[in-house]
Amino acid sequence: MTAADVFFWIFASMALLPAMMVVFARNLLYSAFSLLFTLAGVAGLYALLGADFLSVTQVLVYIGGILVLILFGVMFTQRVYDLKAEAMSFKRRRAAALGLGVFAALAATVFAVDWPQAPREVQPTSAPIGNLLLSQYLLPFEMISVLLLVVLIGAVVVGKKEVQEE
Amino acid sequence: MNVGLQHYLILSAALAALGIIAMVSRRNAISILMGIELLLNAAALNFVAFSRYGTGLPGRPHFDGQIFGIFIIVLAAAEAAIALAIIIAIYHHRSSINADELHSMRR
Repeated sequence: MTAADVFFWIFASMALLPAMMVVFARNLLYSAFSLLFTLAGVAGLYALLGADFLSVTQVLVYIGGILVLILFGVMFTQRVYDLKAEAMSFKRRRAAALGLGVFAALAATVFAVDWPQAPREVQPTSAPIGNLLLSQYLLPFEMISVLLLVVLIGAVVVGKKEVQEE
Repeated sequence: MNVGLQHYLILSAALAALGIIAMVSRRNAISILMGIELLLNAAALNFVAFSRYGTGLPGRPHFDGQIFGIFIIVLAAAEAAIALAIIIAIYHHRSSINADELHSMRR
């Protein structure tokens, strides 16, 4: 077992065990904080896969942005006494069956196919990604910029209407 | 057994299944959002794993998967921002974000 394998198991358990907490924790705040470890574990896996730029982006955008937004949402919309009241739905058994079914189907596919084994050599990623974004992927890049502008304006509009009504 | 592509694929399948369970079984809108984030992370992890292990086209750099990962992260950020704006607007309106109670458009 090489050092990379050890790190894989560390990051994999760091991603998977808190992900179970995210799904099954009774307290919504615990769910949100468990998501932190899952996202950090996935960022570590990106680094292990040689995607250094993506790993840093994951930390900056997911942990620094999305997770903070989610925590803000949790604390803003839950009164202290209903934090624990988030009961599991009665549909829970069916949901677990659905999830297990999806996992079984995906795992069966993974084991049925003969995947390429040799990883490619690791190389710096930032410069090629920047070049690709401004050459081959220019159109999606511009479209996603417009999307972000729309989201910015949309979020402000959705939030602002409430203030006017009050 | 050395860690290979299968390990990453199984891990991301497990993350995706957990995300689906959260989306289906949770009633709180924010919990559903967290399930979606898990699902998106699983998809991005698949893309990045394939960009490392896939054979791809000869003579081409193999960063396509990582670029899709970046797009997924950007879309997830946009989705979380809009979803939380809507959730907070609903909360102001109805003092509850239980997804089972939001059926005023149902006839």
